[in-house]
Amino acid sequence: MNIDQQKLARFMWRKRINQGSLLLSVGAMIFGVFWLAWILWETIHLGFSGFSVSLFTETTPAPNEPLGTGGLINAMWGSLLMVGMATFIGAPVGILSGIYLAEYKPDGKLAVTIRFINDLLLSAPSIIIGLFIYTLLVVRFRQFSGWAGAAALTLIVIPVVIRTTENMLQLVPARLREAAYALGTPKWKVILRITLTASRAGVLTGILLAVARIAGETAPLIFTALNNQFWKAGLSGPTANLPVTILQYAMSPYQNWQHLAWAGVLMITLAVLGLNILARVLSRTKR
Amino acid sequence: MTNTQTQRPTPNAKLIIRNLNFYYGKFRALHGINLEIPDKGVTAFIGPSGCGKSTLLRTMNRMFELYPDQRAEGEILLDQENLLTSKQDVALIRARIGMVFQMPTPFPMSIFDNIAFGVKLFENLSRIEMEERVEWALKKAALWEEVKDKLTQSGASLSGGQQQRLCIARVIAIKPELLLLDEPCSALDPISTARIEELIAELKKDYTVVIVTHNMQQAARVSDYTAYMYLGNLVEFGATEQIFFKPAKRETEDYITGRFG
Repeated sequence: MNIDQQKLARFMWRKRINQGSLLLSVGAMIFGVFWLAWILWETIHLGFSGFSVSLFTETTPAPNEPLGTGGLINAMWGSLLMVGMATFIGAPVGILSGIYLAEYKPDGKLAVTIRFINDLLLSAPSIIIGLFIYTLLVVRFRQFSGWAGAAALTLIVIPVVIRTTENMLQLVPARLREAAYALGTPKWKVILRITLTASRAGVLTGILLAVARIAGETAPLIFTALNNQFWKAGLSGPTANLPVTILQYAMSPYQNWQHLAWAGVLMITLAVLGLNILARVLSRTKR
Repeated sequence: MTNTQTQRPTPNAKLIIRNLNFYYGKFRALHGINLEIPDKGVTAFIGPSGCGKSTLLRTMNRMFELYPDQRAEGEILLDQENLLTSKQDVALIRARIGMVFQMPTPFPMSIFDNIAFGVKLFENLSRIEMEERVEWALKKAALWEEVKDKLTQSGASLSGGQQQRLCIARVIAIKPELLLLDEPCSALDPISTARIEELIAELKKDYTVVIVTHNMQQAARVSDYTAYMYLGNLVEFGATEQIFFKPAKRETEDYITGRFG
């Protein structure tokens, strides 16, 4: 009887602790989601107010033109080119380096050094990468250019892809590799057909997340691509891009520019959202 | 603690192991193993965990070379050639000595490609020849009837027992001379285990099979010869019946009867 009451008291106490923890964690969750929802709401609300067909057909307008004229086509195109170029160069470099780290000499001196430097690069503020490319390319060639912008973004893509590729390859069970080697498979073929294929979804997800990350990078572009208010097909010379355009237009006193800035924010948000959904879908269809 | 005399030389040995020592870094895992594995038929390695049976198996196809701190010294002769010092590419050696692991390991590709993958490494077959080879291997592994209508599906979609038979088919497809089975049933249910055992009984007509097992009943059921190992030593080797019914050594008897281990 006595023991039972003790047990009961103990049980009630645990139950109360449990309820308390649940309350705290739900509270924390609501606090976080609240701000996120607010940001999303503002982005969508204000972004759609700047939406019109001309957004996709016209270049950035002069200040104080009527609302609904002028668009961001030059900035979107410039961003697309630079992000595309950065991914095109950065992803293969990152994947190959990740393969080296995970499959060749994971404990070698070179691998340990690369991993350390990569971690530094991964957490380096992007403005430093912008400044680096600025001194390396912009100052040397005495010109801001989309190429310099793409180079800066490439330097952001590479460490992300290296890290995710290495991690994903490490997740492949050793027995799968052994089974392939036991058949007499040469190493390059084990990597290409077995381990890389087995971690395909994860590696692709890493690339997509890297793309999502550079899509909104502003700091490295201010020092490299700068901006351009006219249409330009290539990457030579100052190149229009969404993040710097948003920065300029949002801080301007002109109403039509501010509206376009919000539209640009919405564009980037939707693109990143799309990439994240794609990454989710890819990693789910793995099994 | 080294056995210098070869245990029970058998008339036609497929694989001859002489004075084999094995090291994990500084730890010596095998002590002067001498063993002749008879041609055609099943040889089982039994013994408590950590006795070195899997290690011994992994020296036979030089699997241990994947790990830089592992090292073997001695002789493993396959058709008079020492595999450990062979100038031949290790891939060609492994093609002659197939291995199936504890856990089923289907490759991330279709059932058909799982089989064709290994064949393509060594042979250049036409489409039709390849289809015939895949069917032959799957029939040999007693899997054909279950998968013939879904060859394009992923190997991972099969059940555990089917996956293990797929792995056996994959190894058979490249026509090895020796088949190493490292506890092939330890992750399987009793029905799948029974099917694999039937399969082993079928395969021993054409292949020399070496099986490592924790399950003594399984060793008694499937094998023709049994080797009992303990602490990296080969304690006793002989015909399965003799090992199980009249073991020559007291230690073997203790282990078989469950008084130890």
